Amino acid sequence: MSAISLVPIGNVSEDLLTRLAKRIGEIFRVPVFLQALHFDPSMMFDSYRNQYDSTMFLSLLVKNSEETEGKILGVTEYDLFVPVLTFVFGEAQLSGKAAVVSSFRLRPEYYGLPVDEILLESRFEKEAIHELGHTFGLIHCNNASCVMHSSTYAEDIDLKSNSLCSSCLVQLASGDLVTAKSPP
Amino acid sequence: MNKPDIGILIVDDEFSVRDSLSRWFKEDGYRVAAAENAAEALKKMQEQPWDITLVDIKMPGMSGLELQRRIKEIDKNIVVIIITAYASVESAVQALKEGAYDYVTKPVDPDDLSHLIQNAIKQRALAAENILLRTKIEELSKTGEFIGESPQMKKVMELVRTVAQTDATVMIRGESGTGKELVARAIHNNSNRRYFPLIPVNCGSIPEGLLESELFGHEKGAFTGAQYRRKGKFEMANGGTIFFDEIGNLDMKLQVDLLRVIEAKQFTRLGGEQVISVDFRVICATNKNLEKVVEEGTFREDLYYRLNVFSIFLPPLRERRSDLPLLAQHFLQQYSLSMSKNITAISPEALDLLIRYDWPGNVRELQNAIERAMVVGKPPCIRVEDLPFQLNSRPKLPEADSLAEVEKEHIINILDRTSWNITRAAEILKIDRVTLYNKIEKYGLRK
Repeated sequence: MSAISLVPIGNVSEDLLTRLAKRIGEIFRVPVFLQALHFDPSMMFDSYRNQYDSTMFLSLLVKNSEETEGKILGVTEYDLFVPVLTFVFGEAQLSGKAAVVSSFRLRPEYYGLPVDEILLESRFEKEAIHELGHTFGLIHCNNASCVMHSSTYAEDIDLKSNSLCSSCLVQLASGDLVTAKSPP
Repeated sequence: MNKPDIGILIVDDEFSVRDSLSRWFKEDGYRVAAAENAAEALKKMQEQPWDITLVDIKMPGMSGLELQRRIKEIDKNIVVIIITAYASVESAVQALKEGAYDYVTKPVDPDDLSHLIQNAIKQRALAAENILLRTKIEELSKTGEFIGESPQMKKVMELVRTVAQTDATVMIRGESGTGKELVARAIHNNSNRRYFPLIPVNCGSIPEGLLESELFGHEKGAFTGAQYRRKGKFEMANGGTIFFDEIGNLDMKLQVDLLRVIEAKQFTRLGGEQVISVDFRVICATNKNLEKVVEEGTFREDLYYRLNVFSIFLPPLRERRSDLPLLAQHFLQQYSLSMSKNITAISPEALDLLIRYDWPGNVRELQNAIERAMVVGKPPCIRVEDLPFQLNSRPKLPEADSLAEVEKEHIINILDRTSWNITRAAEILKIDRVTLYNKIEKYGLRK
């Protein structure tokens, strides 16, 4: 895979994106670019749930980036959901092209806690790496400190590191990964 | 179970639900498939096994509830999780009553779903472990099966199979060493009580004073030395079978107690007041002539009738000599394995001696004789000199006095040895077949 493109959707800090791009580049050892794509987020909005459909998000990302080589990570502050779940921190096409990650439920203030930008950025970085890991074919890892460990609570994210464990690194390097592609 | 070994089948008519759940589980490393209706789900069920299935309760065509029934017909141990909208919780409750593991209401919290699946996997693993353990128990319970092709033993096996399916009290009669406990175990192992214990009680070997405490248990301080509360054999047999060996040796007081417990299925521990209810089946065995001891007044008539509901008589080994080669070979293989000794056969002369011997101690004596022969014998086979009774004692001859009785017993022996092969028996007896038939009729012999 030649590169990773970060696509901000909505109001995402450029500083944050720059730092995120640097860390992602270190992990996956590929060039990381910031890319602007123009599409209307309201298309993904579900007024009944007051949330944004992340699966639709992925489809739009892929549709609007046909010219783009490599992987694409949508980065947003919108609250994401998939129809059967109450929310998701992010979603990815397993062994596919696109992933999306949201900061909405990563913010400590969402849970009634004081604002903590450092904690938010740490969580955001881990979830971004996690979802991109899925696009490279990595599945959830049993190692609790690996960034590919499944997290269903924001506090779960704090328990794991922002790195791949040796087992996931070996799989990533050797290409011994899940190849089945989920339908978009 | 490793995650890739766990198969999850998602059945929902909404593409978005199938798609999002498929992604969710694939990211977890499970083997996942999705079906948009019941027909497709049943097809996938036939194609390969699944461990967990998530079924939408409301689908066009066959409902989730009906699909659950059909899925359970294919694999009764599959874990079914119902997916429902808030409005159809009542149906979900119905599904739970019909064996669904749990239900989720859309949309579900990711953490709840994650825990639900982890618990469902544990449930599936437990069910699989349960099946494995049952298979192992059944394998274990097969050990010690009857060996024998003689008509008498075939009849015994048929009776065992018939009575095992019932809860009837069984009385096993037969000489010492004929395998009465083996029959009791076979009845228990073939009954619905086989997953519960079979508790043997040897009425002849436990001192009278102790038998009461052995049977009923006792409370702490019930008597000197009773430092702890102890369960008795009746309590231990709860759900299973209690086997009274040598029932004819039970003393009169305990005969009264036993009759009461068998009828009421209730008792109290020694020194206790709490009435304990138990559920057990009774099998008993005796080598005594119980009718005679009833007549003599040392065995209660009412207990005799209560125990003698279904009677199985085990023939002595001398009356089924045709089984001897099979039995001898069985014990030979058994000891060859346990002693790691490469003796694999019995010489024709030794086998002939075994067949001619009368075996007053029956199968147990034969087993001991083979064991001894395996100890003293040398590969490749057991010889006459390895047998315990050939040097100083001749095989027992018929005890009959008249010539006709001796002839009758001899003909019976030869017919047993040849499994009633008339041609072969006539050859051994050195008479023609017609003469043999005439003698069989004359003496009223039957196979």
